[in-house]
This record gives sequence, structure tokens and C-alpha cells, in this order.
Amino acid sequence: MAVIKLENVRKVFGDAVIIPGADLEIRDGEFIVFVGPSGCGKSTLLRLIAGLEDMTSGVIKIDGRDVTEVAPAGRELSMVFQSYALYPHMSVRKNIAFPLMMAKMPEDQIKAKVEGAAAKLNLTQYLDRKPGQLSGGQRQRVAIGRAIVRQPKAFLFDEPLSNLDAALRVNMRVEIMQMHQDMKATMVYVTHDQVEAMTMADRIVVLDRGNIQQVGSPLDLYNKPDTLFVAGFIGSPKMNFITGAIAEKHKAATIGVRPEHIDVVSGKGEWQGKILLTEHLGSDSFLHVEAGDAGRLVVRAPGEFSGKPNDKISLKPDPARIHKFDAQGLAIRSK
Amino acid sequence: MATKQALVLGKWALLPSVAVLAAWSFVPLALTIYFAFLRYNLQDPENTGWAGFSNFYYFFKDPYFWKDLLNTILLVAGTIVTTVVGGVLLALLLDQKFWGRGIVRLLVIAPFFIMPTVSALVWKNLIMHPVFGLFAGIQRFFGSHQPIDWFGKFPLFSVGMVVSWQWLPYAALILLTALQSLDEEQKDAAAMDGTSTLNYFRYILLPHLARPITVVILIETIFLLNIFAEIKVTSVGGFAGNLTYLVFSQLNDATDVGMAAAGGLIAVVLANIVSAFLVRMVGKNLEA
Repeated sequence: MAVIKLENVRKVFGDAVIIPGADLEIRDGEFIVFVGPSGCGKSTLLRLIAGLEDMTSGVIKIDGRDVTEVAPAGRELSMVFQSYALYPHMSVRKNIAFPLMMAKMPEDQIKAKVEGAAAKLNLTQYLDRKPGQLSGGQRQRVAIGRAIVRQPKAFLFDEPLSNLDAALRVNMRVEIMQMHQDMKATMVYVTHDQVEAMTMADRIVVLDRGNIQQVGSPLDLYNKPDTLFVAGFIGSPKMNFITGAIAEKHKAATIGVRPEHIDVVSGKGEWQGKILLTEHLGSDSFLHVEAGDAGRLVVRAPGEFSGKPNDKISLKPDPARIHKFDAQGLAIRSK
Repeated sequence: MATKQALVLGKWALLPSVAVLAAWSFVPLALTIYFAFLRYNLQDPENTGWAGFSNFYYFFKDPYFWKDLLNTILLVAGTIVTTVVGGVLLALLLDQKFWGRGIVRLLVIAPFFIMPTVSALVWKNLIMHPVFGLFAGIQRFFGSHQPIDWFGKFPLFSVGMVVSWQWLPYAALILLTALQSLDEEQKDAAAMDGTSTLNYFRYILLPHLARPITVVILIETIFLLNIFAEIKVTSVGGFAGNLTYLVFSQLNDATDVGMAAAGGLIAVVLANIVSAFLVRMVGKNLEA
């Protein structure tokens, strides 16, 4: 179990700067999630930690040891890939045993470890099948099995759930969290799905165009986003952004209010609007509202909300939950 | 119903092409079978009628039969081993990133475009010739006074070399495309698992190449069993002739059409046995 430290890590492909310079400390036993839109450099950052890409400059330390020049295997990390990357011609047993075979571990120890891992992951009856004969979720488990038998210092996950269907994804999410709790291992997890990030992470690292925008616990990011980008990326549906006169009244270039922090009120609210369309989810209803100067807003209403398109409604934002941003997109915090 | 109509119409529409194809392949085969049972020697036109199995019997009894059968097998097996081993190595090399890779890949495929007769002539007269040849020149450069007469001393080996040179690009190209289809994440996974280069080749690459190698062996077997031009043009048929050459000499030198037809049929049957055996053996070994 390990502390991973990135010091001014920089990655450049030709003229394209992928990571301009990242500093980050991943704590021992922490579940940390890199999240951001596609192309934000989160996978590259993970691959730099794994050693699968060479850094342009900077230093990576694992438990204080400088591993910048160390080959992937020497870093004692395990990785679970998006496509699972199982060896198709080997049985499940051989797939899981492969890293141990390469480490020249004695046969009987390998056998014991593989069977232990298989039992933990409910794979015992599939040990002699080939990956092609398994379902997506089972393949994912084999990939995890291959990662845990090595007893690595940390686990790296590169969008491991994005190839699974929605129901299975929720299950595997819980399984990975359970695994983290049981093993108390350091885990670095890359995803583009902010729901995955919010539910799984101890801390989230939000990336945009290779820059670390903010690092913090899920609730920190939700309650106190440092930048417009983080405010817009974390939370679903997206935060509403309002510019112009209404923002100026709050002494900001942009203000942001989450859909769940706007109430539909009877009588006169702060903003008046017309419902454009409604999305009913059962527990909630999301209203898309054309609200004059405030622009187009999304508002969360209770599930039994009965408003129809073209109804006029009054809206009242929670004043304590209005986020203010300056012209550079940085949060203005009044203290 | 539309589908039933379409089915009937489809059958009628297919009929002409099926008929042509059938005629194309069955008529020559039928004629060959017919000739094989006839007394049909152009130098003995009086002697006609059914021959029974005597054409087959005398083809087996031909003093060259066993030697040419062995030559056929040696030529096919030797060329396959050379081209598959060389092809894997060449494909690995061409899969690396280096400057001018596109041009090099284009040049590598070149031998495959050259007609067998032409390449046989070039190899015999320009490269392996004991007086004018490139190899002889190299030997003389290192002080030898008696350069090797390749086609004279080692006719089968020399023919095998020409044929291997022609087929190496084919094997390399097929294997190269297979290498390029290897999943990138699998390479990464192997790197994370601490796989050494040798183990990577043995446990990841070679199993991945098993199927394309089987395809290469199958295709090459089919074509190499029928090698003729390289043997005829270099005039080593008497020493390095294969079954195809024996059939040719029955027809051309002995003018015995019936015997040649019988030999052709025997060669076809043997070819099928050999290729089925080879493919099964290789497929089992590599995919296990």
C-alpha cells in the first residue's frame, strides 16, 4: 500500500501539450478518481503513473522511491484496462497466473493464489474457460483477479466499467468499492462519468485540458467548486449559469445555481418563467424553464409536480447556494 | 409470396454461372480421369483401348517417382519453414517505427510481383552462377578459387532458395498485418505483468500469430506443391524434379498422355493428403 507523489509531471507529444505540469499527492489507502471530459489527459496521467508512457519532465515517487525511470513492472502497480486486455488464448486460470509466472513464483504458490483470488471473485467454476466464453462482467472480474494476485502497491483503473451495460456497471461499482474497503489499498481510478466519480471517490481530481482544476472530496467539489469548469462538470443535471445584469447584482461575472437549489414558489419569486418541457424521473421532475433575463434554466421539482409545458411559474433560488465566479471563471468567495 | 418467388428466381438467375463453373472444373477433371484409363501414347498411335490401372501402376513404378515425391515434400516443407520463420522475424522488424518504413515495406513485397520464370533466370544466371554470379563474386573476393556451382551441386536447395525468396514477402505481409491487429492494451497489460521480451514473444505474440501462420502454411502448401517454372527454367528437373515435373516429363518427353493423366490424379490426391496433414498438425500445436 503506497503513497504516490507526482511532482511537476509534464507530457508533450510533438507540439501538443497533453499535461502542462501536474502536482499531486495520492495518500496511502485512498480511492482517488481522475475525472474530466474525453481528451482531458486523465488516461495519460494514469499511464504516466503506470510507466506505460514516458514523461517529458517531472518526477513520480512511490513510497518515497523515485520511479521516474523504472519500467512498468518494477513499479509494483496493477492496472485494469477498459477493454480488460485479457490474453484471449489463455484460460482464465492462466490469465490470472500470468503475472506470477512472469515473476517466477513456484507452481504450488501460484496455484494457491489463483484459486484464492478466483474464490474471492466468484470465478472458481470458470477457471478453465477462455475469456471469449465469458460475459463482460466476468471478464472484468478476471482482469481484477489478475491485478490482485500480484499484491501490488496500488491499483490503477482505466475506465474499467465503460464497456458494461448500465445495470452491471452499478453492480461492479459496488464490488470495486467493497474491494477497496476490504483491502484498504491505494486505488487510482479514471472515468469520464461524474456519477461514478462522486459515488466512489475519497477524493476527486478534476482535469481539464491537462490541468488539474481542483482536488477534493466529492462534497467539497459539489459545495465549493473552485472554477466554472468544476461547477459545470460535477453535479447532474448541470449547474445553471447566469450572466449579465442578474450576475452583476451579485457582483460577479457569472453566477451558478444548481437545479436542486431553485424552488418553484407560488406568488412572486425572484425569477418568472415559462415551462418548456418536463422530464419525469419518478422521484424528481426536471423542468426546463425559459426565465427571461436569467435565460434557460433547469429546475428540480418533486416527482409529483403537475406543471405542464407553457405553464407560467415563479422561481426562487436558495441565496446561500448561489456560486459566484469572476470573469476568469474563478470562484469568488466572500468571507 | 415474395420470398418464395425470390427464391425460385434466384435459383434460375444463378443457374448460368453455376453451369459455367461446373463445366469449367468438371470437364477437365472428367477428361483427365478418362485419359488416365486409356492407352494413349502419341508415339504409339496403333495401341489404343482401355488400359485399366496399368497407367497408375507404371507411374508408381517410374524410377523417378519416389525421388520426385521426396523432392516435392522437401521443397514444400523447406520453403514453408524458411518463409514462416523468416516472415515472423521480418514482420517483427517491419512493425517497428523507423524512418522510411513505408518505402521499405513496399520494397519487401516486390519479389512477390516478379514472375517465377524471371526470378528463376535471374537467380540462376546473375546470382548463383559459378562464373558470373554474385555469390561466386563474393567467394572470390574472400580468396576462393573454386566458387560453388549452386544449381549443379545443390539443385534442390537452390530451387528452394529461389522459391523461398518469392514467398517470404507474402508470409511477412500476412504476419505483419496480424501483428498490427494485436490489441494495444494487451501489450500494456503484458508490460504491467512484467513480461520479458522473450516471454512476450512466446506467450503473447506467437499464440496471436497462430492462425495467420496456419493460413500462410495452407496457402503456401497449395501453391508450392505445383511448383514448376523454377524447376523447368533452371533445368534441374532431372535432379530436383517434383511430381508436377514428372507429370510434365511423361507428357513432353515420353508423350504418354494416359500416364501423365494418371500421374496428375495421383499428384492431386497426394497434395490433398499432405496439406490436410500439415494444417492439422500446425493448428493443433500452436492453438493448444
